[in-house]
Amino acid sequence: MSAFLSIRNLSVALKGGPRLLRAVSLDVAVGEVRGLVGESGAGKSMIGKAVLGILPHSVEVVAGEIWLDGVDLLRLKPAERRRKVGATAALIPQDPLTALNPSRRIGRQITDRLVDILGWTRADAESRALELLGEVHIPDPARVMHSYPHELSGGMRQRVLIASAFAAEPRLIVADEPTTALDVTVQKQILRLIAQMQARHGTALLFVTHDLGVVSKVCSSLSVLYGGLVLEQTGVRDFFRAPQHPYSRALLAATPQYTDPMAGLNPVPESVIAAVTEEVAQADRGWRHG
Amino acid sequence: MILRRVLLRLLTTLVTLLGVSVIVFVTIRVVPGDPIAMMLPPGATDDDIDRLRRIYGLDRSIAEQYFIWLSGVVQGDFGTSIQTRQPVLNLVLRRLPATLELSIMALVIAMVIGGFLALTGTRLRGTRTEGAIDVTNGMALSVPDFLWGLVLILLFGVLWPVFHISGRISPNLTSEFSTSFYLFESVFRLRFDLWLDLVSHMFMPALALAIPLAAIIGQLLKQSLKETMHLDYVTLSRTKGYGENHVIIREALPNAVLPTLTLIGVQFTFLIGGTVIIERLFSYEGLGNMAIDAVINRDLPLIQGIVILFALLFTVVNLLVDMLYAVLNPRLRHA
Repeated sequence: MSAFLSIRNLSVALKGGPRLLRAVSLDVAVGEVRGLVGESGAGKSMIGKAVLGILPHSVEVVAGEIWLDGVDLLRLKPAERRRKVGATAALIPQDPLTALNPSRRIGRQITDRLVDILGWTRADAESRALELLGEVHIPDPARVMHSYPHELSGGMRQRVLIASAFAAEPRLIVADEPTTALDVTVQKQILRLIAQMQARHGTALLFVTHDLGVVSKVCSSLSVLYGGLVLEQTGVRDFFRAPQHPYSRALLAATPQYTDPMAGLNPVPESVIAAVTEEVAQADRGWRHG
Repeated sequence: MILRRVLLRLLTTLVTLLGVSVIVFVTIRVVPGDPIAMMLPPGATDDDIDRLRRIYGLDRSIAEQYFIWLSGVVQGDFGTSIQTRQPVLNLVLRRLPATLELSIMALVIAMVIGGFLALTGTRLRGTRTEGAIDVTNGMALSVPDFLWGLVLILLFGVLWPVFHISGRISPNLTSEFSTSFYLFESVFRLRFDLWLDLVSHMFMPALALAIPLAAIIGQLLKQSLKETMHLDYVTLSRTKGYGENHVIIREALPNAVLPTLTLIGVQFTFLIGGTVIIERLFSYEGLGNMAIDAVINRDLPLIQGIVILFALLFTVVNLLVDMLYAVLNPRLRHA
C-alpha cells in the first residue's frame, strides 16, 4: 500500500440516525498535501476527526476502514489506537484561542506528548520544543516556553500549535481549518508557515478548508465533498483548469474575485444543488443502519 | 500595588467587624432576658441587682456601654465573662482551636468525597454510576448537617458503636497536650495513639458537617468538568495519545476547579456556622457549644467575643480563598 493514510468506504452516522459520511474513500500519500473542500456540513472535518479518533459521542463509525501506516485503526483496541495516532499523526486545530490549556505553560503543552507517549527524556523534549518554536519564527522561544497561553496573541498561539504538531515528527497532520479563526493578515503568514513546515518535514497533510484560495496555495490534490459524499478527487492544477463535477464547477465559479469590486456574488445554482442532493440520496439507497 | 490591595482589604475587614459588633451589641441588649437575673439566687434584693448592674456597667445607655467595650477591645480587652468571671479573650482563644480543627477536618473530608464523586461521575459519564452519583448528591444535599449528625449517631454510635458520640477527646488524655491544637499537635509529635482517639471523637461531627458540602462540591465540580471536557484543548490532548484518566485529571481538572473553589469559600463559612449546632449535638468543646451556653446564660461579653471571632474567621477564610484563586489561575497572577 503506497498511501500513508487510506480511508476505505468510511461511513459515519449519528447514533441511530442518518449518515454524515457516505462511504468515503480517499488516500493520502507520503508527503502529499490533500485538501478537503466543501461547504459547512459537508463532512470534511468529520473525516479528520474519524482518523484522529475524536468523533463526538453522538456519532459513530458504522462501516469502513482507516488504514494509517499499514494498520487499520478501526480494528485496534482503543488504547493501542490512541498510541498509534499519537505517535504517527497530529492535529493543527481550528481555533488557537481555545486549543491551548489556559492553566499550563506552553513548554509543557509541546513536550508532553514527546515525554509521556514517545518516551523521550525531558531535556531532549525541551530542546526539541525550543528548536521547533524557532522554526515557526517565534521570537525568544525560551521565554515563550515558560509563558501561559493568555500571554500570547492568536497568531503566536497558532504558531505554537503548529510547532507542537510537528514536534514529534508525525507523518500525517490533519489541519482543521487552521486559519479560519485568524484575521486576514495573519492568515497569510500562517498558511505560508504551514506550507514551509510541510515541505521541510515531508509530512503528509490533510487540509480541511472551505476556501478554494487556500487550497490553490497549499495543496497538491483535493477531494470535494457534499453531504458526506466525495464528488471529485483530483490534482490541484487539474481542478482549477477543468473541474469535472458540475458542483465543483459551480463552487469554483462561486469563489469571490476580490480584484473586481463591481462583480456580484455567484451562489451555487439551485439546479446544481438539486442534482447533487439527488446524488446523495442515490448513495443512501440500499444502505440500512447497522 | 499589592500592598495597596492588602491594605484596602484590611480596611474593609475592619469596617465589617465594626458593623458586626454594633449589630450584635445592640441586638443582645434589646432582646428580652437579663444576665443579672441569671446570676443571682432567688430572693435577691433590688439593691443587690442594682449593685451588680453597676459593676458590669449595665446601668448605662447602650451607646455608652458600646464605647466602653470598644475602648477595651482596642487595648485587647474583650471584657470579662459574666458567667465564669474569666477574661473573654482567654475563654474564646482556648476554644477556637477545637472549632478550627473540626471545621478543617470537615472541609478536607468534603473535598475528598466531593472530588471523588465528581471525578468518578465524569469518568463514567453516561453510565448508571453517574446517575447514581447524581441521586446520592441530591439526597445528601436535601438533608441538613444536624440531621446527618443524628443519623450518624444512631448508626455508628448506637447500632454499631465504632465512634465516640460525645466530646473532643477522652478526658484522661487532655493532660498530654501542651497546646489547644490537639489534632495538629498529635500529628507533629507523631503520637498516633492520641491522634486515633481524637479522630474517633471528631470523625462523626466532621462527617455530618461535611456531607452537604461534599454533595455541593461533587455536583458543581462534575458540572464544571463536563463543560471543560468539550473544550478544544482537551480534544487536542486526546489526539496526542492520552487516555481518559489523564485527560480528566491533567487537562480538565485544573481549569474546572476554579469556579468550585469560589463556592467552597462561601460554603466553608456556612460550615463554620454549622459547627454551632453540630458541636452541641456531639458535646464537642468548641466555640459553637460555648456560644450556645453564652446565649442561654445571657453572658453578653462572651457572646460579643464569640460573634466577633466568628466574623473574623469568615473574612479570613474569604481572604484565603481569594489568594488561593490568584495562585491557581495564571490569568490573574499578573493582573
